[in-house]
Amino acid sequence: MNMRVIGGWLLVVLALAAVPVALPSAFYLGIATHALIFAIFALSLNILIGHAGMSSLGHAVYLGVPAYAVAWLTVQAGWQPVPTVIVALLMGTALSALFGILALRASGLGFLMITLALGQVMWGAAYRWVGLTGGDNGIRLPARPALLGFDLSSALSFYVLVSIVLLIALCSLWQFDRSAFGACLRGTRDQPRRMSMLGHNVWLIRWAAFITAGFWGSVAGVLYCFDYQFVSPQALSLPQSAEALLMVVLGGAGTLAGPVVGAIIITVIKTVVSSYVDRWYSLLGLTFIVVVSVMPRGLVPGIASWLRGKRA
Amino acid sequence: MTLTRRNVLQASAGAAALALTSNQARADEPIRIGFLTVKTGPLAAGGIQMEQGMLAYMKIKGNKLAGRDVQLIVADTGGSPQGTRTKAQELVERNKVHVLMGPVAAFEALAIGDYCEAQKMPTLGVAAAEDMTQRHSSIWFARATSSSGQCAHAIAHYAAKELGYKRMAVIGDDFAYGHEQNGAFLRVFEDNGGKVVQKLWPPLNAPDYGTYVSQVKTNIDAIFMSFAGSNGFRFAKAFNEYGLAGKIPILGGMTAMDEAILQQTGDDGLGIITASFYSPQYDNAANREFVATMQREYKIDPGYYASGPAVEAAILEAALLSVGGRIEDREALMKAVRANVVENTVRGPVRFDSHGEAIGNVYIRKMVKQGGRYINNVIKTYPDVSQFWTYPEAEFLANPVYSREYPPAKNLES
Repeated sequence: MNMRVIGGWLLVVLALAAVPVALPSAFYLGIATHALIFAIFALSLNILIGHAGMSSLGHAVYLGVPAYAVAWLTVQAGWQPVPTVIVALLMGTALSALFGILALRASGLGFLMITLALGQVMWGAAYRWVGLTGGDNGIRLPARPALLGFDLSSALSFYVLVSIVLLIALCSLWQFDRSAFGACLRGTRDQPRRMSMLGHNVWLIRWAAFITAGFWGSVAGVLYCFDYQFVSPQALSLPQSAEALLMVVLGGAGTLAGPVVGAIIITVIKTVVSSYVDRWYSLLGLTFIVVVSVMPRGLVPGIASWLRGKRA
Repeated sequence: MTLTRRNVLQASAGAAALALTSNQARADEPIRIGFLTVKTGPLAAGGIQMEQGMLAYMKIKGNKLAGRDVQLIVADTGGSPQGTRTKAQELVERNKVHVLMGPVAAFEALAIGDYCEAQKMPTLGVAAAEDMTQRHSSIWFARATSSSGQCAHAIAHYAAKELGYKRMAVIGDDFAYGHEQNGAFLRVFEDNGGKVVQKLWPPLNAPDYGTYVSQVKTNIDAIFMSFAGSNGFRFAKAFNEYGLAGKIPILGGMTAMDEAILQQTGDDGLGIITASFYSPQYDNAANREFVATMQREYKIDPGYYASGPAVEAAILEAALLSVGGRIEDREALMKAVRANVVENTVRGPVRFDSHGEAIGNVYIRKMVKQGGRYINNVIKTYPDVSQFWTYPEAEFLANPVYSREYPPAKNLES
């Protein structure tokens, strides 16, 4: 590892540690926590969009299903937090394995439509299967549980947990990107036919990427349920999937920092700016249009190349 | 008994006020009301009217309740449970509001129920979800408007007893609010000798009601619709386009023919009978002024959405008067809300049951054209309607909440 890489990671850790100092009120810390959870979610979607080159409009499945699993297992089955979290993660990941088999029969627009359809199926099930999900009324999680003796009820302790999970996600996705597998995945994105001729199983590589995305999405889903302590079909809805897509594209697909930046910007517009601006949806749209027309590859790559241009 | 409770309360409030007269600075602070509504997305029409209703009412009151200035902080939830939760946290933790009003939709209200309970936040709700004042009631929550079933019970009784209908169909939006209204209608209608022979559930955002209108049985006496927003207007239009107008009468719930959409509905809605906890025709000083202000400021008659906050604000003011303006004493405030009988709200007299739900008038209204304008003309008033209708409370609460399947429809014909 060279100094720049170490410096970069130190900066991330420092920034995460600085947030509770700079924003001592529980309310702002709560918003920072929402943003980081969506950063994990956007990072998981970025594996598909950025690394595998496959746009999905059904990623909310991996946010919503584990969230429902956590709420249901805790409230209805009375399970302890640790087995609940493990089973919820397994469910989300297993579901992504299954849906991967279905969706990867196609690529490009076909893939997009199949993921959209699968997402709508799950949304419809959550909406209609009232006995299991409470339908429109959702399921309430009475309190944030203590995980391994670590009490999560305060805003600060939950923020610390989410920050640690985000750091783990960033580290492992960074390694993922640098690994031979990451290189293969980019190969299938850019030259699938050549990869296949070289003897790589393109389908299997994509499927593994799909499952990895599903796993990290599920991690975000579990945290989402702990955060809001409420799950309703909205967590599985198309707008939720589209919002994650927007975060990735806004920040910069294929980069590590991009989805995080995108998630922070969109969360801030949704929660903070909306208190001052009535037409915040329009502002969100406008931001997106400006970024896409000025920096078509997203904010992070756009600013990076602008800085390089200035230095040269 | 109510009287003794109130007396005790006033006495204790007086003692508390004495104890705190030294703390004058706090009493000079404005009362901060956090107002959760929806200003973006599909629920925005109702949410904006809710805000207008509140603004109009506060304008009449000179922006004061019980002699204290009011600071209204309006937050847009975006119509999502997550957004509602974030905004509720913002209002409570950052703006330090004394009381919450809203939100619009049941799923939003349910998303913040536990949070308000944990924060001991006095909340005056308008969303109609039955269980908020039934199986999951809380001392921190009261609703001065109506539960989903409260008005539907009354119109079901009217249909069976006054109109003499025997066979009816029910149609409603396929979400909890529609399910609860139709369940309530079915129960009272069948207990009074009627039969519900058909249930139809179009999705909330059905683009066109044609396919549903064509399924409606023709050998029925009438159809009950429990739509929200502008869906009632759209259904009535489709109903008439298929030539069913005048052949099958339409009845509706409290949001099916809202005053806000009456002028758009026009002739398509003539003769539709609906039930609501509020009528712009109700004749008292508060309501005359409220209706006039709404017409002057926003050019609409107030209906379900606009009147809710006006009723809640009156309830809040009465409770404030009972606790000597001291909104900071949250527990005494919420006790006063439930103990008071408020005679002069815009919907008429209101008192509360032990679960925090209003007991008040329900108006049966028929849409007519009068002086070039369309209005819902009151044809009967059911006084003192409880959310439990005439059923014993314990028995009512032992049953599951009204849903798509409950109460079971035994008389469906395929």
